[in-house]
Amino acid sequence: MYTRKHRLETSDAPTSDRRVLVEIHDLDFARGERPIFEGLNLEVRRGQVTAILGGSGTGKTTLLNLIGGRLHPDAGDVIVDGCSVPALTTAELYEIRKRMGMLFQSGALLTDLNVFDNVAFPIREHTRLPESIIRNLVLLKLELVGLRGARALLPAQLSGGMARRVALARAIALDPLMVMYDEPFTGLDPISMGVIVKLIRELNDALGMTSIVVTHDVSDACSIADYIYLIGDGSILAQGTPEEMQKTNSTQVRQFMDGLPDGPVPYHYPAADYIDDLLQGNSQ
Amino acid sequence: MNPVRRLGRWTIARIARLGRASLFLYQILMRLWRLAPRPGLLIQQIYAVGVLTLLIILVSGLFIGMVLGLQGYNTLVDFGAESALGLLVAKSLTRELGPVVAALLFAGRAGSALTAEIGLMKATEQLAGIEMMAVDPLTRIVAPRFLAGIIALPLLAALFTAVGVLGGHLVGVGLLAVDAGVFWSQMQSGMDFYDDVLNGVIKSVVFGLVVSWIAVFEGYDCVPTSEGVSRATTRTVVNASLAILGLDFILTSLMFGEG
Repeated sequence: MYTRKHRLETSDAPTSDRRVLVEIHDLDFARGERPIFEGLNLEVRRGQVTAILGGSGTGKTTLLNLIGGRLHPDAGDVIVDGCSVPALTTAELYEIRKRMGMLFQSGALLTDLNVFDNVAFPIREHTRLPESIIRNLVLLKLELVGLRGARALLPAQLSGGMARRVALARAIALDPLMVMYDEPFTGLDPISMGVIVKLIRELNDALGMTSIVVTHDVSDACSIADYIYLIGDGSILAQGTPEEMQKTNSTQVRQFMDGLPDGPVPYHYPAADYIDDLLQGNSQ
Repeated sequence: MNPVRRLGRWTIARIARLGRASLFLYQILMRLWRLAPRPGLLIQQIYAVGVLTLLIILVSGLFIGMVLGLQGYNTLVDFGAESALGLLVAKSLTRELGPVVAALLFAGRAGSALTAEIGLMKATEQLAGIEMMAVDPLTRIVAPRFLAGIIALPLLAALFTAVGVLGGHLVGVGLLAVDAGVFWSQMQSGMDFYDDVLNGVIKSVVFGLVVSWIAVFEGYDCVPTSEGVSRATTRTVVNASLAILGLDFILTSLMFGEG
């Protein structure tokens, strides 16, 4: 495709590997005293759907915020399309964000604008196109997600699945290089979920984008992704293609893939001995 | 934790917050010029904070003016000075009641709405979404609301004062025995443009800035949960009201202290 080739040629900073869009090197990040990542390494290849799997609270969303430059790593580097994100100035950061789309869990649609204006928002903010062309662009994106007929509705009138599709149309409004999906399958009925799964795969292949899908849903991650990273304890526990992940014997990976309640991730929150605790009576 | 340490921690937290608020104000001021090519954003917000606050301002102004007329007449008539009623009503409204009461009402009606709106945008990830679309939320969301508050409050205070004078006239001339000609002519000769009108306008511009600053900062800085937004809204009304009354004293002593 013209746009993608064009972008590949014009991105000026040298990358170690042209096929890699996002590289994360030895990343450390802590929230207050609590370390989230310690020495995390990860690569996202161009044109692929990469799934990042992990339990709740393992920092999956934090990782997307680090890639998008909304958070600053304590150590290590995040390289997107050849640019080191933590080293960018605010203006450069906003420039590179135009090439990233992000789909938030809640959709994050602007509640005072209708569906059409929400999708038109990034186009109007970043271009000086005449209104007739904006209209065509917005209808094109809405047609892709199947909601051209819903353009006059307000976000409050949309179901959860529809809101996420509108947010997806908005995320791809500026034809980004990559789209990051934050828990795209959570809280959807099976039909809406099927629609989102299909959309992520189709948009990735048809528009030549790169996709990063953060999720805790194993079966969907396996059905959609080309490559999977399993994160936990601040670093990568396992990685591989869906087939490799299904076959692995590692107990940590097995617990997550099979959804076992007890294993390396314990069922019980760390506590003192149960009998001792009961015998202590009223004292805290 | 002993009380001294707790007091120290509380003080440090307050000072740190004041520092954040000051930096925030600086960041907004640095972005105001970016609104120049997009007057539509500003006009929309002037409508939201100004026009929608108009009704409560006009009704309150009318009643305050009527009460002033009644109380002023009862006091002045004992000295046979009821001819000065117009002057009394106009001076108290332009110098004090107009800017202060309009600002208090503005903090309750528009300030709380601003905080709640920005806080909810934060809680529902709308601000994060805007940021990830490479749009600066301070320029697009905060700056127009802040500037709209500064523009709207002096206009609202002026209307409050004007309606208040009419209210005083309604009671003093309409119900009581003050002569209409005396009411207006005393006011006309006794009012000074610099001492009364201009100082009142300066006050309401300062109040507009402080209320808008507190409202947008509390919204932007709030804990992004429903409880956090509700607390931030309360803080806006309480802090803005206290700031208005405190600043009113300071400004009054600066303007009229020398006598």
